[in-house]
Amino acid sequence: MSAGLVIVGASYAGLQIAAAAREYGYAEPILMLGDEPHAPYQKPPLSKGYLTEKVAEAALPLRGDAFFKENAVEFAPGNRVARLDLSARRVVVADGRYYSFAKLALTCGSRARRLAIPGADLAGVHVLRTLDDARALRATMRETRRAVVIGGGYVGLEVAASLIGAGLEVTVLETANQVLARVAMPPLADYLARKHAEKGVDLRFGTTARAILGAEGRVRAVECQDGTQVPADLVVIGIGAIPNGELAAEAGLACRGGAILVDDQARTSVTDIVAAGDCAATERDGQLIRLESVQNANDQARAAATALVGLPAPAATVPWFWSDQYDLKLQTAGLAAGHDAVAVRGSMAADRFGLFYFRNRQLIAVDTVNRPGDHLLARRLLARRVPLTAGQVADESIDLRALLDQSATS
Amino acid sequence: MPVIVYVQPNGTQRRVEVKAGQSVMMGAILNNVAGIDGECGGCLSCATCHVYVDPADIDRVPAKDAVEDDLLNGVVAERRPTSRLACQLIVGSKVDGLTVHVPTAQS
Repeated sequence: MSAGLVIVGASYAGLQIAAAAREYGYAEPILMLGDEPHAPYQKPPLSKGYLTEKVAEAALPLRGDAFFKENAVEFAPGNRVARLDLSARRVVVADGRYYSFAKLALTCGSRARRLAIPGADLAGVHVLRTLDDARALRATMRETRRAVVIGGGYVGLEVAASLIGAGLEVTVLETANQVLARVAMPPLADYLARKHAEKGVDLRFGTTARAILGAEGRVRAVECQDGTQVPADLVVIGIGAIPNGELAAEAGLACRGGAILVDDQARTSVTDIVAAGDCAATERDGQLIRLESVQNANDQARAAATALVGLPAPAATVPWFWSDQYDLKLQTAGLAAGHDAVAVRGSMAADRFGLFYFRNRQLIAVDTVNRPGDHLLARRLLARRVPLTAGQVADESIDLRALLDQSATS
Repeated sequence: MPVIVYVQPNGTQRRVEVKAGQSVMMGAILNNVAGIDGECGGCLSCATCHVYVDPADIDRVPAKDAVEDDLLNGVVAERRPTSRLACQLIVGSKVDGLTVHVPTAQS
């Protein structure tokens, strides 16, 4: 097979590398290998609108056939890569066929972390990562009544909201003492926990599942570490994702924490090989940063494409993320870890507010609920490092857009 | 099938058939129309499918809701009275032949 760019992985990052490489003038063949049988699809709706049947499968495609045709990108679904042969510059797929490459992009994503407790393989126990996972969960939801969600992260909470919306009884078991322990700050986490409780979710903190109990091969309860049994005919395990870094590690690329180590331009430790999205991590100030989000996949992919064609790195971008739960539109911009002050804009009681996080008086992150316009402005305030005080933020008579526009003209 | 006309900032036009029930954003994505990103997939989180509805067509599209209006406050390109998010414009007999103008930037 002809060399050129081979992209391993056909989701957000893989597609964006193909698109950006063409945009930046890459003229060699591009081959994108996907391990799933499906064309690239959107993942965020799988835990939300798709489960509640508000979003149909027809609305999930990430790109149409026209994208592949007009950009001369060959897409080969159903190809699971078995190994990378770097000395021969080949990608070897599961049935032994291989594809030669001049440049290689690894956008292998991540997979759902499994729970290593007895009963985790019973019928009625689900994880949620892929379209096939979502199809299976949606089918089980229709014939079940009582659900236990193990893990109070974004996937767990979004699924809990969807299950409540579908009329199921829902218990969420969370080992930590707050929801979203890895990714959100306490003010937002506490607010969300209250909202879930108001909607009827039985949220149990400091609670770890010890076993999943079944009868005739089907789940019937979850047993907690204190011996309590929570009856369930559906269990959803949402305890995080594991980066798919194995292919790279086995080929000798530098990896950290299971992820492929990349620099700010998404370059791996080997020339002509880039990595982007959930499978890639960067090191900053001695800390490993791996972001699982559409934004990170897209932006890191664009950076990777510049590296592939020999352009300078694009400007650093502000991480952002969204989650829809019930009638709450939650959006976050920047990274709040390490903040030393928080200012509230708007009303938490009215479910329309922003939490602005500062470190050394510099704005570092903003969480908003039902203020999507402020979220968009916050991203640009953060990108431009516009000086902003906690007092200005709390004063709703001060227009964020005006502050942004002033900074552009000054 | 209904037709949507996408006009690029340089004046290039593209007439695209879009299934009834699909959004003007999805029509752009499926047909590889440049300049409409739709990063959030149409769940009103990103405002990267901002378009200007042609003034001649503005009365044919339904009014925007509060969330879309709020998002339009944060768009990168200039906000105009004709600004809409293409994910909220659902194609049907009423919007057949609709012309939308793609702004110079989405993010």
